[in-house]
Amino acid sequence: MFNILIVALLQGFEYGLVTLGVMLSFRVIRFPDLTIEGSFPLGGAITASMIAKGVQPIFGVGVSLVAGFAAGVLTGILNTKFKISKLLSGLLVMTILFTVNLRIMGRSNIPLLYYQTILTPIEKIIPRSNLPLILFFFLVILLSKWLVDQFLSTELGLALRATGDNEQMIKSLGVDTDSTNILGLGMANALIALSGSLVTQDQGFADIGMGVGVMVTGLAAMIIGETLLRPKNMGWLSTAMIVGTIVYYFVISLGLRLGLAPTDLKLATGLMVALALCAPALRDRYGISRILKEAKKRALVKGRSLG
Amino acid sequence: MLELEGVTKIFNRGSIDEKVALQHVNLTVEKGEFITIIGSNGAGKTTLLNAITGSVFVDDGNVVIDGLDVTHLSEFKRGRLIGRVFQNPLMGTASEMTIEENLSMALLRGKPRGLHKGVTKNHRNIYRPILQTLGLGLEDRLTDRVGLLSGGQRQSLAILMATLSLPKILLLDEHAASLDPKTAMVVMDLTERVIKENGLTTLMVTHNMDQAIRYGDRLIMMHEGKIILDVSGEEKSKLTIPEVIQRFEIVDEKLLLV
Repeated sequence: MFNILIVALLQGFEYGLVTLGVMLSFRVIRFPDLTIEGSFPLGGAITASMIAKGVQPIFGVGVSLVAGFAAGVLTGILNTKFKISKLLSGLLVMTILFTVNLRIMGRSNIPLLYYQTILTPIEKIIPRSNLPLILFFFLVILLSKWLVDQFLSTELGLALRATGDNEQMIKSLGVDTDSTNILGLGMANALIALSGSLVTQDQGFADIGMGVGVMVTGLAAMIIGETLLRPKNMGWLSTAMIVGTIVYYFVISLGLRLGLAPTDLKLATGLMVALALCAPALRDRYGISRILKEAKKRALVKGRSLG
Repeated sequence: MLELEGVTKIFNRGSIDEKVALQHVNLTVEKGEFITIIGSNGAGKTTLLNAITGSVFVDDGNVVIDGLDVTHLSEFKRGRLIGRVFQNPLMGTASEMTIEENLSMALLRGKPRGLHKGVTKNHRNIYRPILQTLGLGLEDRLTDRVGLLSGGQRQSLAILMATLSLPKILLLDEHAASLDPKTAMVVMDLTERVIKENGLTTLMVTHNMDQAIRYGDRLIMMHEGKIILDVSGEEKSKLTIPEVIQRFEIVDEKLLLV
């Protein structure tokens, strides 16, 4: 059990960056962005191939951030400037990135086991212990959350949030919503590429298929976090993203421990998200409140016929 | 302050659905003037406002605001010149954001937005007395989400937001129409007070004849994309509802003859 918790914390902090990115696109600017599935492995591909070429790992992380930002910007430009639908814009960039990632890596998998990564010195602090690593990733996600929170409360951040909330209104207040959409997507994908970069260094390899399902995982984590914490403001929302990711990985690890086959993970995640998304409709149709309402109506009718 | 010269807008030009929304409309609005606009459905009132804000681009003619030709300027660039309140209270405010955040966004109308804190103590000190004048108790609810407010409260907030940074022109698009009569009165009184206090140049579209006559110092009636009646000053103050309706009917009869 303790082991599962450790794994859940580690993965929760690593992938929490993805969920923060998903929050920026899906919640803040309300842009259902598919670029994610390409920008996550983009961060991994860049970092792995740079490290394998002998470049300082920290540069790999930096370049990943910038490249992720650029990927998001590209999706934003396709949507805002060329009027391609949001879903299709993301899908196009994701497809393009598949080739880009392969080109960057030169093959479909780069192992990093014998290379120094930015995590190597941290892992050495206490031999055979995950603690320093967990602490490191905790600091990374905490810093990211703080930066995102701070940004979203600035003048520009408010404009970004209003772009998702009421685009017409913020436009009439003189804000170019094309730019705010593009900026939001850039930031979201920068965070996601950063996650890809860190995950690659932790797991010791980059793989062309590492992005498959990342978006749905992020969505699942987001929905879990929102359901558990019911956030009323931005600070709580971003906290909910991190908590949701940890809980998600805890459930997944538990499922694996209890005999869920790793190959069935995506099915389980997909069903989890689908169920969560069905919940409001199901509640309306079969939920307690509806049953109560109908009972009340019947009682009223009866009362009237009695009176 | 505002000049429309030969403004024409035709939707679906060349198709069977062709609709002439504005036909060579000429209109000069002086600084500080408060104009009410009436007309039947499809008369072109909302298109007129949209042409001013840039929500639609005109096919012909010019739109000049405060000496600046904005005919080809995009909507968000005109945003710094124009405040607008819509019929739907949901459209003028961001519901997921707090009252103070909404006001802060309005305070920065048309200004560059940077990485300064969006809401500061200074801001709150500005907002509280302004909200107090509404008498709705909103000054104690600065950090409440706007989605929690009633339609009338939201519309009052929208009026504050539209006028907070003193736009060159204020456009009101049937902004009291979706409210119950009592709330509509309160909102209209607030509107008039804000306009008078700040000397705002205003165009107000309304379906309510009584409002159109009672408020403002000039009345315009539109029909089929044209201005068919334009009265101001003493003539307007003497105008009565039956008279206005009679003018409407004359137009309608013409319509029947055609």
